[in-house]
Amino acid sequence: MDTSRSYLEPSSFSKKLAATIIIVYTVITLIPISWMVMTSFKNVNSAISYPPEVLFEPSLEGYVNLFTNRSRQSQEYLDSLPAPETWYEELVRSREMVITGPSKFLGRYSNSMIIGFGSTFASVFLGALAAYAFSRFRVPLKDDLLFFILSTRMFPPIAVAVPIFIMYRKLGLGDTHLGMIILYTVVNLSLAVWLLKGFMDEIPKEYEEAAMIDGYSRLQAFFKVVLPQAMTGIAATAIFCMIFSWNEYAFAVLLTQFNAQTAPPFIPTIIGEGGLDWPAIGAGTTLFLLPVMIFTIILRKHLLRGITFGAVRK
Amino acid sequence: MSKIKIVNLQKSFGDFTAVKNSNLTINDKEFFVLLGPSGCGKTTTLRMIAGLELPTSGEIYLGDEEVGMLRASERDIAFVFQLFALYPHMNVKNNLSFPLKMQGYSRSEIKTRVEEAAKLLRIDHILNSNISSLSGGDRQRVALGRALVRRPKAFLMDEPLGTLDAEFRELMCLELKKLHIDIGATTVYVTHDQLEAMSLADRIAVMDGGEILQADEPSVIYNKPATKFVASFIGSPGMNFISIDQGISNEQSTLNIEGTNFNIPKQYEISKGKKNSFGIRPENLSLTNEGGLKGSVFGVEYLGSRKIVTVKTNFGEIKVKTDISTTVKINENVQLKPSNDNIIIFDGETDKSLKSEFMN
Repeated sequence: MDTSRSYLEPSSFSKKLAATIIIVYTVITLIPISWMVMTSFKNVNSAISYPPEVLFEPSLEGYVNLFTNRSRQSQEYLDSLPAPETWYEELVRSREMVITGPSKFLGRYSNSMIIGFGSTFASVFLGALAAYAFSRFRVPLKDDLLFFILSTRMFPPIAVAVPIFIMYRKLGLGDTHLGMIILYTVVNLSLAVWLLKGFMDEIPKEYEEAAMIDGYSRLQAFFKVVLPQAMTGIAATAIFCMIFSWNEYAFAVLLTQFNAQTAPPFIPTIIGEGGLDWPAIGAGTTLFLLPVMIFTIILRKHLLRGITFGAVRK
Repeated sequence: MSKIKIVNLQKSFGDFTAVKNSNLTINDKEFFVLLGPSGCGKTTTLRMIAGLELPTSGEIYLGDEEVGMLRASERDIAFVFQLFALYPHMNVKNNLSFPLKMQGYSRSEIKTRVEEAAKLLRIDHILNSNISSLSGGDRQRVALGRALVRRPKAFLMDEPLGTLDAEFRELMCLELKKLHIDIGATTVYVTHDQLEAMSLADRIAVMDGGEILQADEPSVIYNKPATKFVASFIGSPGMNFISIDQGISNEQSTLNIEGTNFNIPKQYEISKGKKNSFGIRPENLSLTNEGGLKGSVFGVEYLGSRKIVTVKTNFGEIKVKTDISTTVKINENVQLKPSNDNIIIFDGETDKSLKSEFMN
């Protein structure tokens, strides 16, 4: 019998099994993502060719199409133009087109940024304050209030789409950044309060008491002593909030058209000649993935600690 | 530094009264210990002095100022927590300078003060370390440093040695005492450990059930306990009690227990009822062959310099501290006799000690 390892440690067989399952799962989830990235580097024809091309000549056409508006011109007109100055003009000319201006993508993308980060910040900030209050003070009807906050997550948000739509019309919040930030914050706040309350509960109250005795007010103690120690929880909460508001599609379609339209409702509607411009859609989606990926990678260490927080430590 | 006075202090949490109508005066530069079992209200009292709890009624004076309803940050006191509560996201130096930053000292002033405190506590070599890398003793010193760097009106300590292991606790006890002598700060110290209390305190207040039972110097608390609880709580082992079914009259100086007459200090107080108890510390009893309280040896504990002999009598088990040379066997019949007049009669109705020649 092998006695060299502790009973708590899994056997090498189960370790291998676990690794295999993870690898298979990762490959399966990566297939659509890699297909998306591949599509973004194809040209319009190879993107829709049958059988699908796995090996193809990479092209930046999708990215150029994503960022520009173009119009088709006759060969004579193209010949009369001065020589193209940039590689992307050359690429467009080779398709017998000229660039007529930038597309709406950048605007939509920055809308997503503003609304995504704005609502994440608001959710985490308000959530931290509420969680602190629930964790430290004797709030009347505390349990009922906490349940009430949680209950807002029990129905799909879209179930209240119609009343929200009407409300936003009347309040003039439709198609505004502020409106979307408020909406996503409201949806995320219950999660933020519950997640952060767990983290706040883990922070001994002696830290704030020490700070208050050291001459700080409760609010100062909260910012200087409690928040830094809740960083793990804040990072984890921020990632969850960010992922939701960044990816949200239904309300974005319903409530935004021009000013505040985010990237998700915009990307699938990118139309080229003769239908959807798949390489451009692929390019848009690929770029759309990046911020959440980078954000998550930056906070990954906190996230891992955050999810298992409280399980072992005391 | 200031004296602290609490007047008719009371604290209730819902139906539960944690501190009942307490009065105390802690003198300037005094090392004062609040001692009692857990749940006796000692920590609540300390937290009210600190401003971490607001009193239900009563007053707290810090110096001449009534501070009962002031915030903790407005009281200018320092508090050392049981778990130290050092800010884990700051290094030692920042922990020490944190209270000073709030008070708007200049950078150079903060630096001097931090270095001064660090030197006093011998933590100057770890100023740039992280809190998580420190040993228990160093954490303790940093916590003390954070308290004294501000030169507050008073130090409040809530079982600061509670988490240290026994050997280290003794060392820190000595250091604390020395520190107190060096800086002469008014200190209120909460503990449930009587040895700690005895070795540190100028004066001790023994609390139980939210009440202050006695506040006096350690030797008085030990030798002349005001109540039966104080007598049993202080001392290791605690005082022996023998129930007597007889009233005590004024000027009484003998007591008949099981047919034997024992001399007791002349009593100056009449007992309220007929059920009282006779208290005597283990070291004031001796084993004798005749003329004492009869019993048989139940157990012998060897303590190095002393032996504790437990004797089974009709009044329960009675412990005797004897010389190391005493040899008794288990089940041997022995008799017990007071070796001096350190005898206290406790009134059965009030649990208070009765006035006597010894108790005055």
